[in-house]
Amino acid sequence: MSDLTRLSIKELHDAYRARDISPVEVTQAYLERISSVDTKVKAYLTVTGDLAIQQAQEAVRRFESGEQVTPLTGIPLGIKDLLCTQGVKTTCASRMLENFIPPYNATVVERLNGQGAVMLGKLNMDEFAMGSSTENSAFHCTHNPWDLSRVPGGSSGGSSAAVAARLCAASLGSDTGGSIRQPASYCGVVGLKPTYGRVSRFGLIAFASSLDQVGPFTRDVTDCALLMNAIAGHDTKDSTSVAGKDMDYTQCLQKGLKGMRCGLPQEYFIEGVQRDVREAVERAIAALKDMGCEIVPVSLPHTPYAVATYYIVATSEASSNLSRYDGVKYGFRASEYANLLEMYKKTRSAGFGPEVKRRIMLGSYSLSAGYYDAFYKKASQVRALFKRDFDNAFNACDVLITPVAPTTAFKIGEKTADPIQMYLNDIFTIPVNLAGIPAISIPCGFDGNGLPIGVQIMADAFREDNMFKAAYNLEQAVGGIQNWPEP
Amino acid sequence: MRITPDEAAHVAHLARLSFSEEELQQYTGHLNAILEYVAQLQQVNTDGVEPMSHPLAIANVFRQDEMLSSLANENALANAPQKDDGAFVVPKII
Repeated sequence: MSDLTRLSIKELHDAYRARDISPVEVTQAYLERISSVDTKVKAYLTVTGDLAIQQAQEAVRRFESGEQVTPLTGIPLGIKDLLCTQGVKTTCASRMLENFIPPYNATVVERLNGQGAVMLGKLNMDEFAMGSSTENSAFHCTHNPWDLSRVPGGSSGGSSAAVAARLCAASLGSDTGGSIRQPASYCGVVGLKPTYGRVSRFGLIAFASSLDQVGPFTRDVTDCALLMNAIAGHDTKDSTSVAGKDMDYTQCLQKGLKGMRCGLPQEYFIEGVQRDVREAVERAIAALKDMGCEIVPVSLPHTPYAVATYYIVATSEASSNLSRYDGVKYGFRASEYANLLEMYKKTRSAGFGPEVKRRIMLGSYSLSAGYYDAFYKKASQVRALFKRDFDNAFNACDVLITPVAPTTAFKIGEKTADPIQMYLNDIFTIPVNLAGIPAISIPCGFDGNGLPIGVQIMADAFREDNMFKAAYNLEQAVGGIQNWPEP
Repeated sequence: MRITPDEAAHVAHLARLSFSEEELQQYTGHLNAILEYVAQLQQVNTDGVEPMSHPLAIANVFRQDEMLSSLANENALANAPQKDDGAFVVPKII
């Protein structure tokens, strides 16, 4: 069977149960595809072939011995290279952590292991998750499987490209300002940023701790719910993870949307959105209306300030989080220095790439004496207004429907010269992180160049049920993606 | 609000980064472009708005004060650039 890599998680699980195929065959099929196709896509930083086969054999044993199996037992997955994997290099796509081998697993990785999932390897990203294109990886850029001359989005570009190119059945990424949803949109896959606090951040290498959240990339909404069932839930090792909010996400995949109120925030349907993107999102809205949704115009008036607010809040937190890279406990250390101060400076200057240094500089400036009130405090106040905007909107509707990004995937190198142009790409995804609410990107069409377009569905905090229901029905209506690219 | 190369050098020192003259010019330029862009926040009326540092209304999450397992010394030191006798080694500071 040459098409094992086309099967969804659900289809694989059913086939495993029926003993039609084995996790080892599927894992081998993925590893073979990685060796032939990933030379072009370059989604992986590390491929853990031996470990994967070993885990697949263990999955086979579970199925054969009648031991407890879960929908993820024997499913080959890829993991963004900022989630700590015990004994497996975790680089954050940075020279700083080029040889870092974590002594423990991130909680999400631990949970996947507990379910008997198979890890194929670690996926490329922008260095420390800072970027929107994966061009900031210290090692190499990942290519969009739909058009190799274009970016896969970022920062979780390896995670989105690997799922679209069938280099794993699904993957994990992280989203601080859109780093799951934008690459999902650019690669035509499903990407979810859960409510802040739903998924443990323990073992996620921090970028901006009040915004970061781990989430899945899958080829359809059902698989997304299956992965959420595996990774979500309270963790005593992350004091910001929330207890008592668990749900079975597959139970949200119910047909019928009659009476659901879909809000359209006017600030997201503006000049500057590519025509194909706007039309595809409008078709999705029409489909929701046909299914009985009530379409409600709403306003999120602070939207134009999203990028400015985010770049103060996120860089301030980053400058603090990244102070831990000092060449003492782990990671890179410069080879020549006269004293401790020089060791710090040489280590950090050589270990971090240009975008990371730019953000550390901005964050350090925003937090420094004399500027704190004008920058960090002001941005934190505007952030509260974003939350207020969403609270008001969700009084009038159950979900919000918007574009994910203003355009489809851009060319490699097109936006690297101007940081602000690159940042503006995240305007529709950032507000979700500022408010801590969940949002999903699902494919809803293609542009004139055959590049996928995503539509974003947001819901109120801990109301993933509404989001999943809308996403599932919309996917049925617009058809999802059948013809995956063959890069 | 504009920042001069000297101020940028001061911020670099606070962040424990060092730049060549040329890099410093470049970073000063980028920072000024970004600061100019974020200045739009001053237009937003935030009188009486409590700053939001976090999406969740939680503070001081406690647990029982009990012994739990922790990383063994050799595992904690496994990634250290320089170590000796169960400790991290740093340049002399006194």
